[in-house]
Amino acid sequence: MVTSSSLIYLIALPLFGALTLLLAGRRADKWGHLLGTAMSASSFGVGLYQLSQMLSRPTEERAISQKLFTWIDVASFQVDAGLLLDQLSICFVLLITGVGTLIHIYSISYMSHDENRRRFFAYLNLFIAAMLLLVLGDSYLTLYVGWEGVGLASYLLIGFWNQKPAYATASKKAFVMNRVGDMGLSFAIMIAFATLGTVSFAGVKEASEGASETALTAIGIMLLVAAAGKSAQFPLQAWLGDAMAGPTPVSALIHAATMVTAGVYLIVRSNFIFDAAPTAQLIVVIVGAITLLFGAVIGTAKDDIKKALAASTMSQIGYMVLCAGLGPAGYAFAIMHLLTHGFFKAGMFLGAGSVMHGMNDSVDMRRYGGLRKFMPITFITFGLGYLAIIGVPPFAGFYSKDLIIETAFNAGGFKGILLGSITLLGAVITAFYMTRVMILTFTSPKRWEENQHPHESPFLMWFPMVVLSIGSVTSGLLFYRGDALANWLNPVFGDHGKDHHEEHLFEPIVVSAMALTAVAIGVGIAIMKYQLSEIEAVAPQNVSIFTRIARKDLLQDSFNESVFMRPGQALTRLLVKGDENVVDGAVRGIGRTALGAGATLRRSQSGFARSYAALILIGAVVLIAGIWVVTL
Amino acid sequence: MNPYNYLYVAGLLFTIGAIGVIVRRNAIVVFMCIELMLNAANLTLVTFSRINGTLEGQVTAFFTMVVAACEVVVGLAIIIAIYRSRRSASIDDASLLKR
Repeated sequence: MVTSSSLIYLIALPLFGALTLLLAGRRADKWGHLLGTAMSASSFGVGLYQLSQMLSRPTEERAISQKLFTWIDVASFQVDAGLLLDQLSICFVLLITGVGTLIHIYSISYMSHDENRRRFFAYLNLFIAAMLLLVLGDSYLTLYVGWEGVGLASYLLIGFWNQKPAYATASKKAFVMNRVGDMGLSFAIMIAFATLGTVSFAGVKEASEGASETALTAIGIMLLVAAAGKSAQFPLQAWLGDAMAGPTPVSALIHAATMVTAGVYLIVRSNFIFDAAPTAQLIVVIVGAITLLFGAVIGTAKDDIKKALAASTMSQIGYMVLCAGLGPAGYAFAIMHLLTHGFFKAGMFLGAGSVMHGMNDSVDMRRYGGLRKFMPITFITFGLGYLAIIGVPPFAGFYSKDLIIETAFNAGGFKGILLGSITLLGAVITAFYMTRVMILTFTSPKRWEENQHPHESPFLMWFPMVVLSIGSVTSGLLFYRGDALANWLNPVFGDHGKDHHEEHLFEPIVVSAMALTAVAIGVGIAIMKYQLSEIEAVAPQNVSIFTRIARKDLLQDSFNESVFMRPGQALTRLLVKGDENVVDGAVRGIGRTALGAGATLRRSQSGFARSYAALILIGAVVLIAGIWVVTL
Repeated sequence: MNPYNYLYVAGLLFTIGAIGVIVRRNAIVVFMCIELMLNAANLTLVTFSRINGTLEGQVTAFFTMVVAACEVVVGLAIIIAIYRSRRSASIDDASLLKR
């Protein structure tokens, strides 16, 4: 493998930015945002340079690595901190730094009234650096460092306005739920080391060929737990909606470029484990399918524009996880949907931020309406993202989602039909709730107060949205033409990536037709329900039980509270009580005994010389009597 | 004369002294009772010396006397000092150490 010494700059630049901004403090307030953006942009530049270098090498030499230092060197446990840039990592590097840089630019304007803007940019840079370390690490342990860094940065950013207790709680919730996933990753690493004796990707790949399926299944399931935590998949999805507490650019960053993509990356990167562990693969598919519908259903019930988009992210990541669980046929398409999703979801989140910017930070879509006239650029860019996510040709989402639906149908047998139907149903619901968002926000009659003055956002905000909307229009075709992305990624997934497109349940054109019909149904229902009938400015309360449950995120919080939190608290209370009574009780008991004995013995120290004398006499008599008895 | 009779006398003297120390409150009387016990011990030493036909016990008795003399000097001085400051020679009054 080709080695290089320039990979570290990808991570070092944003990390330098983060450290500088954090250490320089208030002095950097004037230029902090510029430095942060410049660092992210230069990291993007290095990424582009690496891409051009990679393209100039023959296919088998495209992956390059860099050994940083020997991290752990204990007998049989050898871990080098090293970086690996291959065809898969470069996709992520460009997505993270590219979309990340656009979000940086957007934030300059969006956060311009926030007195802590410098700190915000420091955290953004930290987020980018951690995410880059995650996708560039050449072993699970290096990945783990980035993984934790992402968790930390997301915690800091979601709780950026932590002066509001609800926001601080949201960041804590995200962090705690992520910790559950992190446990999964650490277990996976431990099992990998115990059974395979190595934690590097190359080493695990080599060792997995002769390893027992049980061990690989265990690793696979633990990796899935990790992925579920970071990517907000069932059953660890509950944090994603609350993560909207962060400033809107953070939501864009979390949902498009970083964080939630990490789980998909982990599964795709560990393809050699999942390929050899069909049970784990099946669970991945099930988790993806559940989350796909779960997120979509929540999305239909949300009146908060950011939460509707968040539920949509959950659902779209569900598509990716499902696809990644379908084995070699699906990895490339999962990544393709991830990349196109990165464009249109980032664009739509920035659009949502732009709408909020114009509407005094209101997020209630029932209080929007008719914004098309006031925010033409936001409307157009958001609309392009909308067309992309519901999957209208020739926008990006059409190609990537179509391929996923096709792959799902091709999974074979009953499983294939079931999965295909789920993905189609997901497409219907996606089309419905995204159309609902569009209608409520832009095309329906206005429902806002007279004292609000919606206006278009400044250049620095709409420019990134325009760039992203171009991406959401063109990226799908770019990746799809001649299987460009699939061929590009093939070397990463080994040889068996090529043999897809063999068994067809339906012809691709039939699948496309079905997908488009699904979209048309979803859009049609939404138009009937919202465009052609009156929308109430306050969410109606006399609704069916299903709507009520969906509004409460399908009871995910109540479930977590009753199944995990309350019993957990009870267990903690029990342990505390046990600690107080048994451990503390023993310690205090010893003290109390000593005190009591002292208090009793103290009485003999009366201070009366005569009683001392009597005691001495008695003692002497007893002593002599004792000796006498013994010697008798 | 049977030398063991001296031992009985010594035991009697010691008992009187011990009871005096325990029962009496007046420091002077207690002091005298202590002297009684010392002399009972001396008598025992001398008697055993006589019984065994050795001199060690008699020599020790001299030492005891010297020590007793010193003790009387110091002890009386303390009693007088206490009496002067507290206007009382009762040893039960001088129970300040317990506080």
